[in-house]
Amino acid sequence: MSTLVKNIIRFVILILVQVFVLDRIHVHYMVTPYIYYLFILWMPFKLNRTIQMLIAFALGFALDSFRHHPGFHAAACVLMAYFRPFLINILIPQEGADNNYEEPSAKSMGGFMPYMLYAAVLTLVHHSWLFFLEAWEFGNFWYFIVKTLLSTAISLLLIMIVELIFSRKQQFRTNTV
Amino acid sequence: MRNIFLFIRSYFNFLFLLILQGFCIYLIAHYNTYHNAVASGFMNEVTGSINTRYNKIDYYFQLKKTNEQLAKDNERLRNQLKSNFDRPDTSVKIVTDSIPYDTLGSRRTWQYLVAKVVSNSVSAQNNFIVLGRGSAQQLKKDDGVIDPNNGVVGIVTDVSPHYAVVMSLLHKDSKISAKLKKGGDAGQVVWEGKYPNQLLLTDIRKSAKVAKGDTVYTSGFTTTFPYGLMIGTIDEILADKSTNNYIIRLKSSANFYNLQYVYAIENFQKDEINRLLKNANNKINN
Repeated sequence: MSTLVKNIIRFVILILVQVFVLDRIHVHYMVTPYIYYLFILWMPFKLNRTIQMLIAFALGFALDSFRHHPGFHAAACVLMAYFRPFLINILIPQEGADNNYEEPSAKSMGGFMPYMLYAAVLTLVHHSWLFFLEAWEFGNFWYFIVKTLLSTAISLLLIMIVELIFSRKQQFRTNTV
Repeated sequence: MRNIFLFIRSYFNFLFLLILQGFCIYLIAHYNTYHNAVASGFMNEVTGSINTRYNKIDYYFQLKKTNEQLAKDNERLRNQLKSNFDRPDTSVKIVTDSIPYDTLGSRRTWQYLVAKVVSNSVSAQNNFIVLGRGSAQQLKKDDGVIDPNNGVVGIVTDVSPHYAVVMSLLHKDSKISAKLKKGGDAGQVVWEGKYPNQLLLTDIRKSAKVAKGDTVYTSGFTTTFPYGLMIGTIDEILADKSTNNYIIRLKSSANFYNLQYVYAIENFQKDEINRLLKNANNKINN
Protein backbone atom coordinates (compact mmCIF):
# COMPACT_ATOMS: atom_id res chain seq x y z
CA MET A 1 0.00 0.00 0.00
CA SER A 2 1.15 3.46 -0.68
CA THR A 3 3.04 5.62 1.71
CA LEU A 4 0.22 8.04 2.26
CA VAL A 5 -2.34 5.45 3.25
CA LYS A 6 0.18 3.73 5.48
CA ASN A 7 0.96 6.95 7.22
CA ILE A 8 -2.65 7.86 7.69
CA ILE A 9 -3.41 4.51 9.25
CA ARG A 10 -0.36 4.88 11.47
CA PHE A 11 -1.49 8.34 12.53
CA VAL A 12 -4.98 7.20 13.46
CA ILE A 13 -3.92 4.05 15.25
CA LEU A 14 -1.25 5.75 17.29
CA ILE A 15 -3.56 8.51 18.43
CA LEU A 16 -6.29 6.05 19.33
CA VAL A 17 -3.92 3.84 21.26
CA GLN A 18 -2.52 6.81 23.12
CA VAL A 19 -5.90 8.14 24.10
CA PHE A 20 -7.80 5.00 24.89
CA VAL A 21 -5.11 2.78 26.27
CA LEU A 22 -2.20 4.69 27.64
CA ASP A 23 -4.01 7.63 29.12
CA ARG A 24 -6.18 5.36 31.19
CA ILE A 25 -3.19 3.73 32.85
CA HIS A 26 -2.00 5.56 35.95
CA VAL A 27 1.46 4.28 36.61
CA HIS A 28 2.73 7.01 38.91
CA TYR A 29 1.92 10.64 39.28
CA MET A 30 5.34 11.55 38.02
CA VAL A 31 5.34 9.27 35.01
CA THR A 32 3.22 9.61 31.91
CA PRO A 33 3.88 7.27 28.99
CA TYR A 34 3.49 8.74 25.52
CA ILE A 35 3.69 6.77 22.33
CA TYR A 36 1.91 8.82 19.75
CA TYR A 37 4.99 10.81 18.78
CA LEU A 38 6.35 7.60 17.29
CA PHE A 39 4.60 8.83 14.20
CA ILE A 40 6.99 11.73 13.99
CA LEU A 41 9.95 9.45 14.56
CA TRP A 42 8.79 7.27 11.68
CA MET A 43 8.00 10.01 9.20
CA PRO A 44 9.72 9.51 5.81
CA PHE A 45 13.12 11.07 5.25
CA LYS A 46 12.21 12.93 2.15
CA LEU A 47 9.51 15.15 3.43
CA ASN A 48 9.85 18.91 3.24
CA ARG A 49 10.82 20.37 6.60
CA THR A 50 7.87 22.70 6.63
CA ILE A 51 5.53 19.89 5.84
CA GLN A 52 7.09 17.84 8.61
CA MET A 53 6.41 20.59 11.11
CA LEU A 54 2.85 20.97 9.88
CA ILE A 55 2.18 17.28 10.17
CA ALA A 56 3.65 17.25 13.65
CA PHE A 57 1.42 20.15 14.58
CA ALA A 58 -1.59 18.25 13.27
CA LEU A 59 -0.62 15.21 15.33
CA GLY A 60 -0.20 17.17 18.50
CA PHE A 61 -3.38 19.10 17.92
CA ALA A 62 -5.29 15.89 17.34
CA LEU A 63 -4.13 14.56 20.68
CA ASP A 64 -4.91 17.84 22.41
CA SER A 65 -8.43 17.69 21.12
CA PHE A 66 -9.03 14.59 23.17
CA ARG A 67 -7.89 16.31 26.31
CA HIS A 68 -9.43 19.62 27.09
CA HIS A 69 -6.19 21.52 27.35
CA PRO A 70 -5.29 22.62 23.84
CA GLY A 71 -1.86 23.59 22.80
CA PHE A 72 0.59 21.58 24.91
CA HIS A 73 1.22 18.56 22.78
CA ALA A 74 1.07 20.53 19.56
CA ALA A 75 3.90 22.76 20.73
CA ALA A 76 6.00 19.83 21.90
CA CYS A 77 5.52 17.89 18.65
CA VAL A 78 6.39 20.89 16.52
CA LEU A 79 9.63 21.39 18.40
CA MET A 80 10.43 17.73 17.97
CA ALA A 81 9.80 17.93 14.25
CA TYR A 82 12.07 20.97 14.00
CA PHE A 83 15.03 19.18 15.53
CA ARG A 84 14.50 15.91 13.66
CA PRO A 85 16.24 16.82 10.38
CA PHE A 86 19.31 18.15 12.21
CA LEU A 87 19.53 15.02 14.28
CA ILE A 88 19.17 12.75 11.31
CA ASN A 89 21.89 14.59 9.45
CA ILE A 90 24.24 14.09 12.37
CA LEU A 91 23.44 10.44 13.03
CA ILE A 92 23.13 8.64 9.72
CA PRO A 93 26.20 7.14 8.05
CA GLN A 94 27.91 8.80 5.19
CA GLU A 95 26.41 6.68 2.52
CA GLY A 96 23.27 8.74 2.52
CA ALA A 97 20.80 6.42 4.08
CA ASP A 98 18.04 8.87 3.53
CA ASN A 99 18.28 8.15 -0.18
CA ASN A 100 18.28 4.42 0.21
CA TYR A 101 15.70 3.88 2.82
CA GLU A 102 12.37 5.36 3.27
CA GLU A 103 12.07 6.10 6.95
CA PRO A 104 14.23 5.99 10.03
CA SER A 105 14.46 2.66 11.73
CA ALA A 106 17.15 0.52 13.34
CA LYS A 107 18.25 -0.73 9.98
CA SER A 108 18.26 2.47 8.02
CA MET A 109 20.20 4.46 10.52
CA GLY A 110 23.11 2.02 10.57
CA GLY A 111 22.63 0.21 13.79
CA PHE A 112 20.59 -0.01 16.89
CA MET A 113 22.50 2.58 18.86
CA PRO A 114 22.10 5.51 16.46
CA TYR A 115 18.45 4.81 16.24
CA MET A 116 18.05 4.65 19.97
CA LEU A 117 20.01 7.84 20.37
CA TYR A 118 17.82 9.56 17.84
CA ALA A 119 14.71 8.31 19.58
CA ALA A 120 16.02 9.20 23.02
CA VAL A 121 17.02 12.75 22.17
CA LEU A 122 13.77 13.51 20.44
CA THR A 123 11.83 11.95 23.27
CA LEU A 124 13.72 14.06 25.78
CA VAL A 125 13.04 17.22 23.82
CA HIS A 126 9.38 16.39 23.53
CA HIS A 127 8.87 15.55 27.20
CA SER A 128 10.85 18.41 28.65
CA TRP A 129 9.10 20.98 26.51
CA LEU A 130 5.74 19.44 27.36
CA PHE A 131 6.29 19.50 31.11
CA PHE A 132 7.79 22.95 30.97
CA LEU A 133 4.73 24.28 29.21
CA GLU A 134 2.42 22.56 31.61
CA ALA A 135 3.97 24.26 34.57
CA TRP A 136 4.98 27.45 32.76
CA GLU A 137 7.84 27.87 35.14
CA PHE A 138 10.69 25.62 36.15
CA GLY A 139 9.30 25.63 39.62
CA ASN A 140 10.72 22.91 41.72
CA PHE A 141 13.63 22.06 39.48
CA TRP A 142 14.28 18.59 40.81
CA TYR A 143 10.68 17.64 40.35
CA PHE A 144 10.86 18.78 36.76
CA ILE A 145 14.08 16.90 35.99
CA VAL A 146 12.98 13.69 37.63
CA LYS A 147 9.65 13.78 35.90
CA THR A 148 11.26 14.33 32.52
CA LEU A 149 13.83 11.61 32.88
CA LEU A 150 11.45 9.05 34.22
CA SER A 151 8.92 9.72 31.53
CA THR A 152 11.59 9.51 28.88
CA ALA A 153 12.71 6.17 30.17
CA ILE A 154 9.23 4.77 30.23
CA SER A 155 8.45 6.05 26.76
CA LEU A 156 11.66 4.63 25.32
CA LEU A 157 10.79 1.32 26.84
CA LEU A 158 7.43 1.42 25.16
CA ILE A 159 9.02 2.35 21.85
CA MET A 160 11.38 -0.59 22.04
CA ILE A 161 8.50 -2.92 22.77
CA VAL A 162 6.55 -1.58 19.83
CA GLU A 163 9.58 -1.95 17.58
CA LEU A 164 9.92 -5.57 18.56
CA ILE A 165 6.27 -6.30 18.05
CA PHE A 166 5.70 -4.41 14.84
CA SER A 167 8.82 -4.80 12.77
CA ARG A 168 8.75 -2.81 9.61
CA LYS A 169 10.13 -4.05 6.40
CA GLN A 170 12.84 -1.67 5.29
CA GLN A 171 13.68 -2.19 1.65
CA PHE A 172 16.93 -1.11 0.39
CA ARG A 173 16.30 0.94 -2.67
CA THR A 174 18.98 1.55 -5.17
CA ASN A 175 19.37 3.95 -7.97
CA THR A 176 17.73 6.73 -6.11
CA VAL A 177 20.43 9.38 -6.32
CA MET B 1 12.49 44.73 0.25
CA ARG B 2 14.27 41.98 -1.58
CA ASN B 3 16.61 41.55 1.34
CA ILE B 4 13.72 40.91 3.63
CA PHE B 5 12.40 38.20 1.37
CA LEU B 6 15.83 36.64 1.09
CA PHE B 7 16.16 36.67 4.85
CA ILE B 8 12.78 35.04 5.30
CA ARG B 9 13.59 32.42 2.66
CA SER B 10 16.88 31.43 4.23
CA TYR B 11 15.53 31.23 7.73
CA PHE B 12 12.10 30.00 6.69
CA ASN B 13 12.23 26.84 8.68
CA PHE B 14 13.12 28.53 11.91
CA LEU B 15 10.57 31.28 11.42
CA PHE B 16 7.95 28.71 10.70
CA LEU B 17 8.85 26.97 13.92
CA LEU B 18 8.45 30.21 15.79
CA ILE B 19 5.10 30.86 14.17
CA LEU B 20 3.79 27.44 15.07
CA GLN B 21 5.10 27.64 18.63
CA GLY B 22 3.57 31.06 18.98
CA PHE B 23 0.26 29.76 17.82
CA CYS B 24 0.47 26.85 20.25
CA ILE B 25 1.30 29.13 23.12
CA TYR B 26 -1.66 31.29 22.21
CA LEU B 27 -3.84 28.20 22.34
CA ILE B 28 -2.42 27.27 25.71
CA ALA B 29 -2.81 30.69 27.23
CA HIS B 30 -6.28 31.25 25.92
CA TYR B 31 -7.98 28.01 26.71
CA ASN B 32 -6.40 26.97 29.99
CA THR B 33 -7.34 28.96 33.06
CA TYR B 34 -4.12 28.49 34.99
CA HIS B 35 -1.97 29.56 32.09
CA ASN B 36 -4.39 32.34 31.33
CA ALA B 37 -3.93 33.65 34.83
CA VAL B 38 -0.15 33.40 34.74
CA ALA B 39 0.05 35.04 31.33
CA SER B 40 -2.39 37.78 32.32
CA GLY B 41 -0.42 38.47 35.45
CA PHE B 42 2.82 38.82 33.56
CA MET B 43 1.25 40.98 30.87
CA ASN B 44 -0.34 43.17 33.50
CA GLU B 45 3.04 43.82 35.08
CA VAL B 46 4.56 44.90 31.78
CA THR B 47 1.70 47.03 30.52
CA GLY B 48 1.14 48.37 34.01
CA SER B 49 4.60 49.82 34.23
CA ILE B 50 4.25 51.47 30.83
CA ASN B 51 0.85 52.86 31.75
CA THR B 52 2.20 54.24 35.02
CA ARG B 53 4.74 56.30 33.18
CA TYR B 54 2.16 57.67 30.80
CA ASN B 55 -0.17 58.39 33.68
CA LYS B 56 2.45 60.47 35.48
CA ILE B 57 2.49 62.91 32.60
CA ASP B 58 -1.24 62.86 32.10
CA TYR B 59 -1.88 63.48 35.80
CA TYR B 60 0.15 66.66 35.69
CA PHE B 61 -2.17 68.06 33.06
CA GLN B 62 -5.24 67.16 35.07
CA LEU B 63 -4.09 68.76 38.31
CA LYS B 64 -6.47 71.70 38.22
CA LYS B 65 -9.57 69.57 37.73
CA THR B 66 -8.47 67.04 40.32
CA ASN B 67 -7.90 69.83 42.80
CA GLU B 68 -11.38 71.23 42.35
CA GLN B 69 -12.93 67.82 42.77
CA LEU B 70 -10.99 67.16 45.93
CA ALA B 71 -11.95 70.48 47.45
CA LYS B 72 -15.61 69.83 46.79
CA ASP B 73 -15.35 66.34 48.24
CA ASN B 74 -13.64 67.72 51.31
CA GLU B 75 -16.44 70.15 51.90
CA ARG B 76 -19.04 67.44 51.65
CA LEU B 77 -17.16 65.21 54.06
CA ARG B 78 -16.52 67.95 56.55
CA ASN B 79 -20.21 68.61 56.75
CA GLN B 80 -20.76 65.03 57.70
CA LEU B 81 -18.57 65.24 60.78
CA LYS B 82 -20.36 64.34 63.94
CA SER B 83 -18.90 67.31 65.81
CA ASN B 84 -20.92 69.68 63.62
CA PHE B 85 -24.16 68.55 65.14
CA ASP B 86 -25.38 69.55 68.55
CA ARG B 87 -28.13 67.87 70.40
CA PRO B 88 -29.43 69.79 73.34
CA ASP B 89 -29.67 67.72 76.46
CA THR B 90 -33.12 66.73 77.49
CA SER B 91 -32.18 64.68 80.52
CA VAL B 92 -33.78 65.42 83.81
CA LYS B 93 -32.39 64.86 87.29
CA ILE B 94 -35.01 63.93 89.82
CA VAL B 95 -34.49 65.32 93.29
CA THR B 96 -36.97 64.59 96.00
CA ASP B 97 -37.49 67.99 97.44
CA SER B 98 -41.13 68.54 97.75
CA ILE B 99 -43.68 69.68 100.25
CA PRO B 100 -46.07 67.11 101.60
CA TYR B 101 -49.57 68.29 100.89
CA ASP B 102 -52.39 66.76 102.83
CA THR B 103 -52.18 63.14 103.62
CA LEU B 104 -52.76 62.15 100.04
CA GLY B 105 -49.03 62.14 99.32
CA SER B 106 -46.41 64.53 98.11
CA ARG B 107 -46.31 66.82 95.13
CA ARG B 108 -43.27 68.00 93.30
CA THR B 109 -42.04 71.52 93.79
CA TRP B 110 -38.59 71.52 92.28
CA GLN B 111 -37.22 69.88 89.16
CA TYR B 112 -33.59 70.03 88.10
CA LEU B 113 -32.68 70.19 84.43
CA VAL B 114 -29.10 69.68 83.30
CA ALA B 115 -27.74 72.08 80.68
CA LYS B 116 -24.39 72.52 78.94
CA VAL B 117 -22.71 75.89 79.18
CA VAL B 118 -21.99 77.09 75.66
CA SER B 119 -20.61 80.51 76.47
CA ASN B 120 -19.44 82.21 79.64
CA SER B 121 -17.82 85.45 80.64
CA VAL B 122 -16.29 86.64 83.86
CA SER B 123 -14.47 89.80 82.94
CA ALA B 124 -17.23 92.17 81.83
CA GLN B 125 -19.24 94.41 84.11
CA ASN B 126 -22.40 92.46 83.35
CA ASN B 127 -21.71 88.84 82.73
CA PHE B 128 -24.01 86.42 80.97
CA ILE B 129 -23.93 82.67 80.56
CA VAL B 130 -25.51 80.95 77.55
CA LEU B 131 -26.87 77.44 77.98
CA GLY B 132 -27.39 74.91 75.22
CA ARG B 133 -30.90 74.09 76.32
CA GLY B 134 -34.02 76.08 75.64
CA SER B 135 -37.75 76.24 75.81
CA ALA B 136 -38.08 73.22 73.53
CA GLN B 137 -36.39 71.27 76.34
CA GLN B 138 -38.49 72.62 79.21
CA LEU B 139 -36.24 75.47 80.31
CA LYS B 140 -38.20 78.54 81.43
CA LYS B 141 -37.50 82.15 82.28
CA ASP B 142 -36.69 82.91 85.91
CA ASP B 143 -35.34 79.42 86.61
CA GLY B 144 -32.49 79.41 89.07
CA VAL B 145 -29.19 78.01 87.86
CA ILE B 146 -26.69 76.13 90.03
CA ASP B 147 -23.44 74.30 89.34
CA PRO B 148 -23.00 70.55 90.02
CA ASN B 149 -21.75 71.21 93.54
CA ASN B 150 -24.94 73.05 94.50
CA GLY B 151 -23.34 76.47 94.23
CA VAL B 152 -25.55 79.28 92.94
CA VAL B 153 -24.62 80.52 89.46
CA GLY B 154 -27.44 82.78 88.30
CA ILE B 155 -30.99 83.21 87.07
CA VAL B 156 -32.37 82.54 83.59
CA THR B 157 -33.42 85.76 81.90
CA ASP B 158 -34.10 84.88 78.27
CA VAL B 159 -35.17 81.71 76.59
CA SER B 160 -35.25 80.76 72.90
CA PRO B 161 -36.23 77.36 71.51
CA HIS B 162 -32.72 75.91 71.81
CA TYR B 163 -30.74 78.30 73.98
CA ALA B 164 -31.14 80.22 77.22
CA VAL B 165 -29.37 83.28 78.61
CA VAL B 166 -28.51 83.31 82.31
CA MET B 167 -27.69 86.42 84.25
CA SER B 168 -24.84 85.13 86.34
CA LEU B 169 -24.14 86.29 89.88
CA LEU B 170 -21.37 88.47 88.43
CA HIS B 171 -23.88 91.02 87.23
CA LYS B 172 -24.72 94.45 88.59
CA ASP B 173 -28.43 93.65 88.79
CA SER B 174 -28.17 90.25 90.41
CA LYS B 175 -29.66 89.97 93.90
CA ILE B 176 -29.95 86.64 95.67
CA SER B 177 -31.75 86.28 98.98
CA ALA B 178 -29.30 84.60 101.37
CA LYS B 179 -29.13 83.29 104.89
CA LEU B 180 -26.23 82.77 107.27
CA LYS B 181 -25.64 79.28 108.55
CA LYS B 182 -24.70 80.05 112.13
CA GLY B 183 -26.75 83.06 112.87
CA GLY B 184 -29.71 82.47 110.61
CA ASP B 185 -29.91 86.13 109.58
CA ALA B 186 -31.11 86.80 106.05
CA GLY B 187 -29.61 89.30 103.63
CA GLN B 188 -28.95 90.03 99.96
CA VAL B 189 -25.99 88.88 97.92
CA VAL B 190 -24.82 91.27 95.19
CA TRP B 191 -21.68 91.69 93.13
CA GLU B 192 -19.45 94.70 93.50
CA GLY B 193 -18.09 94.44 89.99
CA LYS B 194 -14.42 94.18 91.01
CA TYR B 195 -13.30 90.59 91.22
CA PRO B 196 -15.00 87.48 89.91
CA ASN B 197 -15.45 84.86 92.64
CA GLN B 198 -15.99 87.63 95.20
CA LEU B 199 -19.52 88.60 96.25
CA LEU B 200 -20.97 91.05 98.72
CA LEU B 201 -23.52 90.21 101.42
CA THR B 202 -25.59 93.17 102.55
CA ASP B 203 -28.44 93.85 105.01
CA ILE B 204 -26.94 91.97 107.95
CA ARG B 205 -27.40 94.00 111.14
CA LYS B 206 -24.43 94.62 113.36
CA SER B 207 -26.12 92.71 116.11
CA ALA B 208 -26.12 89.47 114.18
CA LYS B 209 -23.68 86.70 114.92
CA VAL B 210 -21.17 86.50 112.07
CA ALA B 211 -17.90 84.64 111.97
CA LYS B 212 -15.25 84.34 109.33
CA GLY B 213 -15.53 81.12 107.36
CA ASP B 214 -19.25 80.82 107.90
CA THR B 215 -21.28 79.51 104.96
CA VAL B 216 -24.01 81.48 103.28
CA TYR B 217 -26.98 79.59 101.85
CA THR B 218 -30.01 80.54 99.79
CA SER B 219 -32.85 81.38 102.09
CA GLY B 220 -35.67 79.82 100.10
CA PHE B 221 -37.72 82.99 100.52
CA THR B 222 -37.98 83.52 96.75
CA THR B 223 -39.47 81.32 94.10
CA THR B 224 -36.19 81.14 92.22
CA PHE B 225 -34.07 78.98 94.47
CA PRO B 226 -34.95 76.36 97.06
CA TYR B 227 -33.55 76.57 100.55
CA GLY B 228 -30.04 75.29 101.23
CA LEU B 229 -28.02 75.97 98.09
CA MET B 230 -24.54 77.30 98.78
CA ILE B 231 -23.68 80.80 97.71
CA GLY B 232 -20.29 81.33 99.32
CA THR B 233 -18.14 81.46 102.45
CA ILE B 234 -17.40 84.60 104.47
CA ASP B 235 -13.99 86.01 103.69
CA GLU B 236 -13.94 89.42 105.30
CA ILE B 237 -16.24 91.32 107.67
CA LEU B 238 -16.21 95.08 107.70
CA ALA B 239 -18.43 97.43 109.63
CA ASP B 240 -20.28 99.95 107.49
CA LYS B 241 -19.80 103.40 108.97
CA SER B 242 -22.92 104.96 107.47
CA THR B 243 -25.57 102.34 108.29
CA ASN B 244 -26.21 99.80 110.97
CA ASN B 245 -25.05 96.92 108.82
CA TYR B 246 -21.97 94.86 108.18
CA ILE B 247 -20.23 94.77 104.82
CA ILE B 248 -19.42 91.11 104.36
CA ARG B 249 -17.24 89.90 101.52
CA LEU B 250 -17.89 86.35 100.33
CA LYS B 251 -15.82 83.93 98.32
CA SER B 252 -18.29 82.34 95.93
CA SER B 253 -18.61 78.59 96.09
CA ALA B 254 -19.30 78.23 92.38
CA ASN B 255 -16.16 78.58 90.24
CA PHE B 256 -17.20 81.03 87.54
CA TYR B 257 -13.98 80.55 85.60
CA ASN B 258 -14.69 76.93 84.82
CA LEU B 259 -18.38 76.23 84.24
CA GLN B 260 -19.17 73.26 82.01
CA TYR B 261 -22.46 71.82 83.14
CA VAL B 262 -25.13 73.51 85.23
CA TYR B 263 -28.55 72.63 86.55
CA ALA B 264 -31.57 74.85 86.01
CA ILE B 265 -34.12 74.60 88.79
CA GLU B 266 -37.77 74.81 87.89
CA ASN B 267 -40.32 75.70 90.49
CA PHE B 268 -43.72 74.19 89.77
CA GLN B 269 -45.47 76.38 92.30
CA LYS B 270 -43.93 79.60 91.06
CA ASP B 271 -46.99 80.67 89.06
CA GLU B 272 -49.36 80.06 91.92
CA ILE B 273 -47.24 81.94 94.44
CA ASN B 274 -46.67 84.86 92.08
CA ARG B 275 -50.37 85.13 91.29
CA LEU B 276 -51.15 85.13 94.98
CA LEU B 277 -48.58 87.82 95.63
CA LYS B 278 -49.94 89.97 92.82
CA ASN B 279 -53.50 89.59 94.03
CA ALA B 280 -52.40 90.53 97.51
CA ASN B 281 -50.56 93.59 96.18
CA ASN B 282 -53.55 94.64 94.12
CA LYS B 283 -55.83 94.29 97.09
CA ILE B 284 -53.51 96.34 99.25
CA ASN B 285 -53.01 99.05 96.64
CA ASN B 286 -56.67 99.41 95.80
